[in-house]
This record gives sequence, structure tokens and C-alpha cells, in this order.
Amino acid sequence: MNTEWSTAAEIARAVADGKVSAVKVTEDALARIAARDPKLNSFTNVTAERARKRAKAVDAGTVKGPLAGVPFAAKNLFDITGLPTRAGSRINRELPPSVHDQPLIERLEAAGAVLVGALNMGEYAYDFTGENVHDGNAHNPHDLSKMTGGSSSGSGGSVAGGLVPLSLGSDTNGSIRVPSSFCGLFGLKPTYGRLSRARSFPFVSSLDHLGPLARTPTDLALAYDAMQGPDAEDPVCTDRPVEPVAPALARGLDGLRIAVAGGYFKRGNFPEAAQAVERVARALNARTEIEIPEAQRARSAAYVITATEGASLHLDRLRTRAQDFDPATRDRLIAGAMVPAPLVNRAQKFRRWYRGEVLKLFEKVDAILAPATPCTAPAIGQQTFVIDGVTLPVRANIGIYTQPISFIGLPVAAVPVPLSPMPIAVQVICAPWREDVALRIAYALEQAGVCTAPRPKL
Amino acid sequence: MSKPDLDTFIDASAQALGIPIQPEWKPAIRANLEVTFKLAAIVAEKELSDDAEPAPVFHA
Repeated sequence: MNTEWSTAAEIARAVADGKVSAVKVTEDALARIAARDPKLNSFTNVTAERARKRAKAVDAGTVKGPLAGVPFAAKNLFDITGLPTRAGSRINRELPPSVHDQPLIERLEAAGAVLVGALNMGEYAYDFTGENVHDGNAHNPHDLSKMTGGSSSGSGGSVAGGLVPLSLGSDTNGSIRVPSSFCGLFGLKPTYGRLSRARSFPFVSSLDHLGPLARTPTDLALAYDAMQGPDAEDPVCTDRPVEPVAPALARGLDGLRIAVAGGYFKRGNFPEAAQAVERVARALNARTEIEIPEAQRARSAAYVITATEGASLHLDRLRTRAQDFDPATRDRLIAGAMVPAPLVNRAQKFRRWYRGEVLKLFEKVDAILAPATPCTAPAIGQQTFVIDGVTLPVRANIGIYTQPISFIGLPVAAVPVPLSPMPIAVQVICAPWREDVALRIAYALEQAGVCTAPRPKL
Repeated sequence: MSKPDLDTFIDASAQALGIPIQPEWKPAIRANLEVTFKLAAIVAEKELSDDAEPAPVFHA
């Protein structure tokens, strides 16, 4: 059985039915990584021996579960036993090797999945491009000259490139949804506090989320269900019980009220972004437009909190190791350290107010559609683009539609529209703790053939 | 803030924070600060009542 483009669900079923061994699936994934990753640059570490050992345990029947034998990889800010958690940096490579895995890796492996490595990312997650001066840029499998998006760059490239069917990323301002958009994948940014962030290298505690990327909504659901559950090690992690979404994925759209975000979310984009939203809206019969109030201010507040909390996290390293940062990260972080405290506090106060206003919208609708990115993947190294006749910096504008949403932790499924030549994703935004609705809609869109992860010509 | 004022602010802040900055880093730091101050001003324009508080534990 060739599992190159198999989904996680298909692999797990085949392994459980004895049609293929976990060892064979793992060896094939390792071979693809060896053959293809020199061009994609999505992996920074391949944990081959560990993966082989785990796969043997799956084949021996000591590990069973809904993800039996499914190879996956994690952004290199997740702790992985035996590796320093580099978080895309040069400085962190000097950290002692981790003595435990990050809990989501533990939970996926308890469900039978097999970790095959750590993935490239933007330095300290302060990035939307997938460029990295230390580990090299990640390349988009659909066009190697284009960005993967960041900061979960390898999480996008590895899954879109057919190396693994499933990856883990983090999303502070859009870092799961942006690579999902540029690489044409399904991505889930769960509700803030849903999945444990313990033993992952932080960026902005107020805004950090972890979540999966995959080529189907079913695979997102399987992984997400396996990763839910409280964790006392993460003070933000919820005590809510596990609320499995996989059993309800195919429930359809009956009873769901879906609207399209207007105003801010209709401005400042390329025609592809509008076209993608329109296709998805048409398929869902979503005719109402809804205004997310003060989205521009929300994005601004997220920016301020990010710059300052990021600076606080890295202050000591800026004092002693400034020359070892990527200069672009360093200059943003140093500037962030200089922002007066009242401005940050105002942003946090505004966050609570804005949350109250946006939650009111969910009395009227169950989901809101918005573009994930203003454009398809720009070229690697591209500094500016022109929207409505205005030249804008690429880096600062990639996240304009994702930032106002993660700012208040709403769950989002990024759903890929396979436009040609490059895909682009739409955000399906739901009320807190309603990942089930987001994934149900993603599944319906996949079944309708509107949203699919396109297979690249490699 | 004007450019010279912002440069003075950067020098003073760097000293207060104990971050040694090289002169050639300053234009990029200034550019980043200009953007952050602009966005922070957008946030601060929003009138919130005196009893508006940030969430002590933020729940989505």
C-alpha cells in the first residue's frame, strides 16, 4: 500500500486492519522526507530511530488508537525528548535537551501516532513568512519560489508536500491559519485555552494557541479529539471535559446560521481572497453580511500586546545576545521593549470590551466567514505588494484578517480553496468552545468539493 | 514624535532597559516603534469607562 497521499484516517484504518504495517508507513515517510525535504526545508530534525521504535510498538499491538501508525511532526517550539527546543532561533540551540515531550505529542502518540521530527519555523514565532536566517527558508510545495507562510512554516510545507499527513503548529496571531492558506491545507486554531501549551516555547502568553494542520477536516478532528483534556501545567488550559468532534462531523449544515464578515474583512485584499470567500459563502448559502465591530482596533491591540509581551519574554536575551537574533526579529523586539506600559494596559482593557461585543454576534449566527490572508503566497523575499493602488509591506499585512480573531481566542477552521495556480484559505470563525461547528462546516465544504487540499506537482 | 525626538526616546529607553543597541539598528527600531505607536494610538482613542478592566484570567 502506498500511503504517500493517504489521510491519517486512511492510514490508521489500514494499520488497524493489518493491510499495512506501521513500520512500513514510517519508513515510507522517512524516505519521502529524505528525498523531498532538501527542497522544501520543512524539517529541522528527523527523529528516525525514535519513530521506528514507536512504529514497532504499534505493530506489536502495545499501542492502539484512532491514529495507529500515523506519522506526524511538530513545529520546533514543541518540547521533544532529547532535542533542545530551538523555536526557530540560534540562541535556543544551546538549551539542554528536553527531558519530556510536549503533552500534545504525548497524547497523539498515546492514540497511536508516530512522531517523525521537528519542523522549521520563523524565529521565536514572530513571523508570517516562513523565512528563517538560521535554518533557511521553508519553501511552498506548490511553487518552491513562494513563501509557505509562518510562523508554522514547516508545519505547512511538510503536510502540503506529502511528507506527513498531520502536523502541529502554534498560532499567536495567525501562524496556523496563514500557512494553511498559503499551502492549501485545513488548519484548526482551537479556542484559547482548549489545548495545553505546557512544555512549548512561548511567544505571547495572552495570545498563544497550539493546534493541528492536515489535508482533511476528518484528520483535524481525529487529532484534535486525541489532544483535548485539562492540563494543570498550563495555567490557561481549560478544565472542560473532552468534547469529541469527530462523531458529529458529518451532521451537515442543518440549523447552522452562517454569515460573511463585512467591512474591515472586505477591504485591503487581492481578488483571490474575495473570490475564495465568495465560493465558500455560495456553497454554504451564507447570504447575510455581518460586521465584526472595531476589527481594525482589535488588530492594533493584538499588535501592541504581541510586541510588548514578546519583548518581555526575550528581554534578557536582547541585553546579552542581541547579535544572535535574526536582525528583523531583534529590531521588532527591541522596539517592543520600549512601548510605555499604559498603552499595553489599554490594549488589554480593550480586549475584554471587544470580546463582549463580538460574543453578542454569536447570538445571531453560528459561524462567520472571513479571508485567512489578503493574498495567495507571495514570493520568498518579497517585501511589498500593491493593494488598491497602495504599496504595503508584505510582512506586516499578511495577518490583518487573522489577528482580530485570535485576539479574543475564537476557534477557527482554516479551509483551503484550491484556486490556480496557488491556493488560499477562508476562516470559519465560531463562538468559544464551538470547534465542533467549525469542523462540521469544514467537512461539509470538503464533501461539496469546494474546499480541498490541492496536491502539488513535485 | 518627530524623528529626532524618537531617536532620543530610543537612546534613553535602551539605557533604562539595559539593551546595548548599535547605531545601525536604530532606523529599523525607529520604524517599528512608529508603527507600534500609531497602532497603540488607535487603541487608546477608544473611550473606555474608568471601571473597564482587563480580564484577570482571560477566557475566550
